[in-house]
Amino acid sequence: MLFYILRRVISAISVVIVTVVCSFLLFFAAPHDPAGVICGPKCTPERLKDITNSLNLDQPMVEQIGLYFKGIAVGRDYTAGGVTRHCDAPCLGYSYILGVPVTDLLARAVPVTLSIVIGGATIYLIFGVLIGTIAARVRGTTLDKAAVGTSLVIGSVPYFIVALVIALYATFLPRSQYTSFFENPIQWAGGLLAAWLCLGLTNSAQYTRYSRASMIEALGQDFTRTARSKGISERRVVYRHGLRAAMTPVITIFGVDVAYQLVNTIFTERIFQLPGLGTRIINAFNQYDLPVLMGGVIVGATVLVVMNLLVDILYTVLDPRVRLG
Amino acid sequence: MTDQTVRAPQTVTRTPRARAEGEEAYLEVTDLHVQFPTADGKVQAVQGLSYALPLRRTLAIVGESGSGKSVSSMAILGLHDRKSTWISGSIKVGGKEVVGMSEKDLMSYRGADAAMIFQDPQSSLHPFFTIGAQITESYRAHHNVSKRAAKARAVDMLGRVGIPNPSRRVDQYPHEFSGGMRQRAMIAMALVNDPKLLIADEPTTALDVTVQAQILDLIADLQRDFGSAVVFITHDLGVVAEIADDILVMYGGNAVEHGPVEKILGSPLHPYSWGLLESIPAVSGTPGPLHPIPGSPPSLLAMPSGCAFHPRCEFRDRVGGDLCRTLKPELIPRTADQGRTSRCHLKEPDKVFETEVLPRLP
Amino acid sequence: MTTTDKSGIKRVAGAPLLELNDVKMHFRTKGEGLLARGTKWVQAVDGVSLTVQPGETLGLVGESGCGKSTTARLITRLLEPTAGEIKYEGVDIAHMSERKLRPYRREIQLIFQDPYSSLNPRHTVGTIVGTALRTHGMVPKGGELKRVQELLEVVGLNPEHYNRYPHEFSGGQRQRIGIARALAARPKIIVADEPVSALDVSIQAQVMNLLENLRKELGIAFVFIAHDLGVVRHFCDRVAVMYLGRMVEEGPRDALYETPQHPYTQALLSAVPDIGVVRGVPPKHRIRLVGDVPSPVDPPSGCRFRTRCWKAEEICATSDPALERKPVGDTVVACHFAEPPVESIVAEAV
Repeated sequence: MLFYILRRVISAISVVIVTVVCSFLLFFAAPHDPAGVICGPKCTPERLKDITNSLNLDQPMVEQIGLYFKGIAVGRDYTAGGVTRHCDAPCLGYSYILGVPVTDLLARAVPVTLSIVIGGATIYLIFGVLIGTIAARVRGTTLDKAAVGTSLVIGSVPYFIVALVIALYATFLPRSQYTSFFENPIQWAGGLLAAWLCLGLTNSAQYTRYSRASMIEALGQDFTRTARSKGISERRVVYRHGLRAAMTPVITIFGVDVAYQLVNTIFTERIFQLPGLGTRIINAFNQYDLPVLMGGVIVGATVLVVMNLLVDILYTVLDPRVRLG
Repeated sequence: MTDQTVRAPQTVTRTPRARAEGEEAYLEVTDLHVQFPTADGKVQAVQGLSYALPLRRTLAIVGESGSGKSVSSMAILGLHDRKSTWISGSIKVGGKEVVGMSEKDLMSYRGADAAMIFQDPQSSLHPFFTIGAQITESYRAHHNVSKRAAKARAVDMLGRVGIPNPSRRVDQYPHEFSGGMRQRAMIAMALVNDPKLLIADEPTTALDVTVQAQILDLIADLQRDFGSAVVFITHDLGVVAEIADDILVMYGGNAVEHGPVEKILGSPLHPYSWGLLESIPAVSGTPGPLHPIPGSPPSLLAMPSGCAFHPRCEFRDRVGGDLCRTLKPELIPRTADQGRTSRCHLKEPDKVFETEVLPRLP
Repeated sequence: MTTTDKSGIKRVAGAPLLELNDVKMHFRTKGEGLLARGTKWVQAVDGVSLTVQPGETLGLVGESGCGKSTTARLITRLLEPTAGEIKYEGVDIAHMSERKLRPYRREIQLIFQDPYSSLNPRHTVGTIVGTALRTHGMVPKGGELKRVQELLEVVGLNPEHYNRYPHEFSGGQRQRIGIARALAARPKIIVADEPVSALDVSIQAQVMNLLENLRKELGIAFVFIAHDLGVVRHFCDRVAVMYLGRMVEEGPRDALYETPQHPYTQALLSAVPDIGVVRGVPPKHRIRLVGDVPSPVDPPSGCRFRTRCWKAEEICATSDPALERKPVGDTVVACHFAEPPVESIVAEAV
């Protein structure tokens, strides 16, 4: 088990490294002029040269990648206009536009995104599984058909429309804003409520369908019949034997899904004007702020591989038949 | 699995129990009908099944897929979904009427008075709970005891069904057991509450033949110890010969022949039973050609009129008039022997068997 | 003398139709640990040798995990063996390329156990059988449809039903479709892997009779794999018993069933519930094996059956018995203590 995790961590790190190198090549090798962006409209050739030099843009690509990784590992120095600034490890460079370390920007953005996703995911997991399980139990009845129908309708409406509707009509909700949880938990929750509802509502439709299908399958299994033949209550049959089996695939989907949610909150953040990772990346994209983009890529890739690893480990806990190796 | 002792071969002599007349029936099924309404019409899975079974006796219900053998046995435990099943008739177990029993009464009845073992122990055990947890759950559903006491009972039961090292095995998951061991665990689970009726639905079909032999011995031994009545559902006549006292042959939702095993297998009276015997390639005797029953079993949506077997029966022309096609025969004694019944219009079936069928058997 | 016919098959005159020489199939299982240490090999088939003459039927019996299905997939070259020779008419096809194998694939056909999953549900029966004809270049002058209908008739299906889909047929009929598809190639040998075990008793007998007729009329050789000893006895000229990837006994049908010499064969036969007992046949001498078949990942040393054998002695753990003919008995057997049964294993004939 320990060996397995170690092996997976090593492979996860290499995945992130490969992603970084590829992104680096794509971004920095593209035909554009980062130094020009930083230099701004009142640029002089001397300043441009200085900037180019300070960013090591005049050095070979391999050298640049090396410096980038060195920054992550041990930090690096930037010299511009005769002034040297030390950037502590893990250094992802400075934002071209804002002139602050990328790590600081990300450190502010990540908790916002994390808050949005954790809240939203909790809502959709609970509601989706609950409604799906009930629908499976009363399969074929009006209630079941209503649940399936509603989930189909919600599932087929584009996400941003749901978000817009909530933003425009749910005006009774507290104003959308981000406050740190540690500062004021109530304000934290209040400010994120609209985003949570939006994320929760749209995704619970999907989880209703997953859970319903999975539950129907579990209730049709031989072991459910065995459980019934023992003389235990129907509730215990459904919620202990059935749900335990039905939730394993749902939880697995959920784990990977959360990872994608984390890197795909752009819509939610934009509409509800929350300063999360998505907003940060979009801004950086519009402004050729490459170091920030690179930072976003690293965070995204790391989240994905880590969540995948967690899901695999979780799976061995949920299903005793699965052994890592 | 190295902690086993290799035993010398033994000769096991089977002594069929004499039929004790007047023994009180523990299980009594009367005119049982089970139907499933579907979009294509009503599936008539069981159509008027009646039989009785006293304690300490084993009844084998034999039939092919769609004969209603499993459906009728599921009904004994009240396992059919009420919403999608229509059941009429009577099933009395130890004096309790099971048809129409309330959900609450069913809960205290299932597992305690009657228990069931299923065909595939792999899929019939929950993969995510330990063997011990599954057995103790059964026990605690009917006994108000501590977890510790229930677990001790589970270990005891696993030992009784011949699982080596039960105190270690009790905490393992089903996938850590072999097929035969899993079926032993299933049996332990079914017997944990000392039920007086055990229903075994093809319990050895998924197992290898040497393991099947072990499980058959085990069920016979346990029946002796527990004194229960056993309903053994199978399609394998060889297994029936080994384990059963009585046999009930089912075809298309009906019982077509019923009686003591040595009579029904030794000199059956129904053409369907004859067809089954002639279809089985034996491991002994002179190998000869097989005489399969022509055609396929009937659709339960559109049962043939009259005798359900008549479209496949090679003796239907021997019966006068159009009787086989128009009139469903009763399940009654057809010969001087009152201890056995069959559902066939054919006159003097015992003579037909002696002269025409027996010579063709291997 | 070797000849090559126009389909590209080399044939060695006088060679048996099929010959397996010490064939092994070891599957890798992933090990644990950082460097995947402890990678293990599942010895699914470990040194199987057999021959089949033209028109002959060889039965392979054994319990689950004995390697009989893997052997079927090796003969049909759905698997490439780890070691050993698979000779078809004297030419080794064990490691032949897919392109060179094509003509052999025509002559060696496979019938599966599960008639439900081995037919494409979206194709009509006519398409299924017709595709087999075209694949093997066997479309005759009279046209594809005519030949398809002929084949359907041969296997006892209504030739007018060529445009129906598999789900419109019953299990037994679907198995007949599978047989028609195999026959489309005009094979010389059919490997049948549990062809009747998914069928009801009465239907099973119908399909068995069909196979028997085909064998007699078309002279096709069979490798017939089944766990049902009665079915194998009924159908086969010779029978081989497998245990944990090895052949433990092989011989003519009657010799094997009446005077088996290997303890496992004896136990296997005695475990078959015999309907004869109720017809006054004296109860047979029963051998009850204890425990289960060991894992093929880590099989016992020496004789693989020794952990469940009542005759086992020290030599069985150290020395692997060869499959050989003994002074008495008509079977070849791999056992240090092989002897015909003391008492009759199967019930006496009525």
